[in-house]
Amino acid sequence: MIRLLRSWPAAIGLALTLLVIAAAAAAGWLFPRDPLGLAGRPLIWPGDNPRFPLGTDNSGRDIAAQVFHGARVSLAIGLSATAIALGIGTLVGALAGYYRGAVDLVLMRITEAFQTLPAFLLLLVLVAVFGGSITTVTVAIGVVSWPASARLTRAEFLTLREREFVASCRVLGMRDWQIMLGEILPNALPPLLVYASVVMAGAILLESALAFLGLSDPNVASWGNLIGRGRGVLRTGWYVSAIPGIAIIVTVLAVSLLGQGLNDALNPRLRRK
Amino acid sequence: MSLAVVVLKRLLASLPVLAIILVGVFLLLQAAPGDTVDALMAQAGGGDAASAAQLRTFYGLDASVPVQLARYLWRLVRLDLGFSAIYGKPVAEVILERLPATLLLTGSSLCFAVAGGVALGVLAARRLDRWPDTLISLLGLLFYATPSFWLGLMAIVVFAVKLAWLPPGGFGSVGEGLTGLDRVLDVARYLVLPTATLSGIFLAIYLRIMRASMLEVLGLDFVRTARAKGVAEGAIIVRHVLRNALLPVVTLVGLQGATLLGGSVVIESVFSLPGLGRLAYESVVQRDLNMLLGIVFVSALLVIAVNLAVDLVYARLDPRITT
Amino acid sequence: MTAALSIEGLSVRLPPGADREFAVRDVSLAVTPGEVLCLVGESGSGKSITASAVLRLLPPGVTVAGGRVMLGGEDLAALSESAMRRVRGARIGMVFQEPMTALNPLHRVGDQVAETFRTHTRLGRAAIRQRVLVLLEQVGLPDPAAAARAYVHQLSGGQRQRVGIAIALALEPAVLIADEPTTALDVTTQAGILALIDGLRRRLGMAVLFVTHDFGVVAEIADRVAVTQHGVVVEQGRAADVLNRPQHPYTRALIAAVPPLAPAPKRPVSDETILAVEGVSKTYRTGAWRARRVVHALDRVSLALPRGATLGVVGESGSGKSTLARCLVRLLAPDAGRIKLEGEDITAIPMREAARRIGMVFQDPYGSLNPRRRVGELIAQGPMVHGMARAPAMARARELLALVALDPASADRFPHEFSGGQRQRIALARALALEPRVLVADEPVSALDVSVQAQVLALLADLRARLGLSMVFVTHDLRVAGRICDRIAVMKDGRVVEEGPAADVLLHPRDSYTRALLASVPGRDWTPPLDAPAPALTSSLS
Repeated sequence: MIRLLRSWPAAIGLALTLLVIAAAAAAGWLFPRDPLGLAGRPLIWPGDNPRFPLGTDNSGRDIAAQVFHGARVSLAIGLSATAIALGIGTLVGALAGYYRGAVDLVLMRITEAFQTLPAFLLLLVLVAVFGGSITTVTVAIGVVSWPASARLTRAEFLTLREREFVASCRVLGMRDWQIMLGEILPNALPPLLVYASVVMAGAILLESALAFLGLSDPNVASWGNLIGRGRGVLRTGWYVSAIPGIAIIVTVLAVSLLGQGLNDALNPRLRRK
Repeated sequence: MSLAVVVLKRLLASLPVLAIILVGVFLLLQAAPGDTVDALMAQAGGGDAASAAQLRTFYGLDASVPVQLARYLWRLVRLDLGFSAIYGKPVAEVILERLPATLLLTGSSLCFAVAGGVALGVLAARRLDRWPDTLISLLGLLFYATPSFWLGLMAIVVFAVKLAWLPPGGFGSVGEGLTGLDRVLDVARYLVLPTATLSGIFLAIYLRIMRASMLEVLGLDFVRTARAKGVAEGAIIVRHVLRNALLPVVTLVGLQGATLLGGSVVIESVFSLPGLGRLAYESVVQRDLNMLLGIVFVSALLVIAVNLAVDLVYARLDPRITT
Repeated sequence: MTAALSIEGLSVRLPPGADREFAVRDVSLAVTPGEVLCLVGESGSGKSITASAVLRLLPPGVTVAGGRVMLGGEDLAALSESAMRRVRGARIGMVFQEPMTALNPLHRVGDQVAETFRTHTRLGRAAIRQRVLVLLEQVGLPDPAAAARAYVHQLSGGQRQRVGIAIALALEPAVLIADEPTTALDVTTQAGILALIDGLRRRLGMAVLFVTHDFGVVAEIADRVAVTQHGVVVEQGRAADVLNRPQHPYTRALIAAVPPLAPAPKRPVSDETILAVEGVSKTYRTGAWRARRVVHALDRVSLALPRGATLGVVGESGSGKSTLARCLVRLLAPDAGRIKLEGEDITAIPMREAARRIGMVFQDPYGSLNPRRRVGELIAQGPMVHGMARAPAMARARELLALVALDPASADRFPHEFSGGQRQRIALARALALEPRVLVADEPVSALDVSVQAQVLALLADLRARLGLSMVFVTHDLRVAGRICDRIAVMKDGRVVEEGPAADVLLHPRDSYTRALLASVPGRDWTPPLDAPAPALTSSLS
């Protein structure tokens, strides 16, 4: 942890992450009313009315309330989708890398199929089939985001399984699952942990794009939804789209900086170069 | 391994991948609530059950799923993508109309992202930990965190609305009957903003990888050998480091071909470009599943083609592949 | 004779946070034309840093803190960077340790040699090409034209090192610096490279600064020797004097640790065979279609290990010795033949039962212990896998640590807190935890410094006597094999070419390959003096 804070990306990342978490936590307390409910006159510019520090959108909803509640949505979707993606990816990658041969061949062809089909296109198909509720969107994002982590896990397992400490465990008579879970996985975890930040940043961006196109859950205060609605008044009220966009940037920046700091802390050798 | 073997291997490996995608997506779409006929009836403002059944027979939707799948694959083998009920045209025809915009957008974005990313990455690595490096790395981080559609909207506000330098959307001026070079320049003007916005995140990624890869290669033994020969630092970068450092970037371009195509869905929608991506979005909204399946097929083919090209470039850069 | 290169009072500073302030402190050396000066020391002695400091090719953060490097009346330490570049490759050539990575994989070999000419001369294309071909021939590459066209991955390790030498010698520099140039090579290849360097310095009258850790190599090639310890030269003198009459205690200890190329005193060997290898073959097939290659890693190997004896399996890389070791512990399955443990076919013994009866120690003391587990746990793992409860298993681990001469309190620490030799002791304790009757040791001392190597070998000899262990000892080093083995089997290309009592194989080899192998051992004619005291076992906890 101390090593983590010594690098500036990590320090800034941590600060921004705490900011986003604080916003998400304070949303219910600062804006107890439904953020999507009618609050006032439409298109009040930020600063014009002290009741709405960030103004209102084209249907008269409070933008500040949507931004704070949107932090909850982004974090929730980001975390759950990342957990799903890493879960699938680690399982697939571990099996492929440890057993190699036919298992590897089949699993890698499936992974390649997922990487050949554009993730966003597959996401559209999934949403078209299963609908755009927040749960299905989250699961769908997780399902389209796993291939890269599977490849990463596989590469780690492929090298680690050749290491002598794994061979020595086999000589001691340990079983496959004991070796995979107890010996290889803990050593493969650090790069995966770092990669989780990339997956999470991607998941947040995917959800916002989907919401921007109006294909995500319309009953949720998502930043992407707000940007999409602001598009209609881009010429006159560009701030409606601009403000939630900045919120997305801050969140994604926070997550990726944290990941970069984690990486620096785990690989001090690279930082020194 | 000769170049022909490289190509052959990639193509052979692509066949099962293509099959997995097509069968998977086809079966997935079977689970969709409502089919093309429902969409068609809804569009027409309703209709009776008898004509719906008639239409289902016409489109072959009354057969069992395996039969439909087999029919679909057999038609694909003959490059027949079926008929779009919504557009009233063969799917292939609609896709071909939409393909040029997407190819232009993704192609120009890819070139811009690779060229810019590599150049900036080299510059950052050369000025390690000094202000150009810090600035470039910061810009990279910002671009990486910015949603492309938002970047597009803001670009429209600044460059089309406020400054009025560039058109806010569309794919060439309509009704002016431009030809030849004028037409090319006109289309190029319309592509500036979409290309810049779509390439942003990819530029950030390539710049990061290139920088890291440069630093990695600079620490390798053969660079020390070159220094021991008395080769000047600039010549070491050009002759020894660049080519080696490009390899991971090339690999990444291949891996991200699909992501780029996916990104064009949103960008085409922001800039009202008549491309494949917007077609996909429209098909989802209009529940034109046949069209969606056709787009999936064509997208997969495009990505496979990109990967093939990347393999060839890699083989050209790295003699270990072919010797 | 005036020195071609002299280092005067050189000090090199390490970056803050390193284990010591100076990598090299107040080192003075001089090499005259036509002379080979060997800079010898163990890892961390600063010998490679000294060599790199001459050309100012130090790693980032490492800086010259004082002293002069004189080349033909010029102080290199004071030159500008561009003037220094005109020295590198032209007046001083350098050869590096790792031939696998020292050359650019993407360029043709000929272009990489030509680069030296293009950098320092105004020769035309054709003239350079001609010079490159002559050079490649001079360094003993059989087909210079083909070698010039080849890429690095198409050459063997020895061939790559010859290319490295060609690059260093292209402009016939006055001084050649060779930083462990043969350490990564097989012994027969090493002999060729040493002969090449020796011949070239005679013909060109070069001064050679040769960095090595191997006293055998010193005996083979050095005119004069400088011994370094912790960045300080502790002894310097004529090779014959330092090798046979070492003065400084550190030199004496180092030389005493070098095993002589001779069999150890004979031990009584049992008639009973505990482990028998009968016609074992293992074939690898790589590539596909026309590029398909078949490698016979093991080709009908038959060997017998008498109970309580140590059987050395000696060979160069690719001889199949490690494959054999891995077949014995069932990490690999042979394609043909049988392996019998106490008369039983090992494939008939359940995997976990076999694990109790045959243990293994690996080469890499850094790679063979899971870095995320504590030492006690690592040792207790074996018994626990086989059903022992945690508490007694941990108690057993502490006993075992004492057995391998480590502090039992080490159980709570992680592997990275230990030195290479200590880790190898931990690995040994781990392998012994299941009380195996047979121990397979795959190059267990190859990654260790010579003094540590002597201690681990002494420990192994002690344990096998106390525990009645039978051992299969795989090594590439005939000196090490001579020190510990009762019988020696020599392997080449997957076959056993000769097998017999250690004394017979080492002193009266029958097979031509064994003879070639023995003839290639550097410093074979030098017998380390026995008067120097052997390093004490307890001093290993450094």
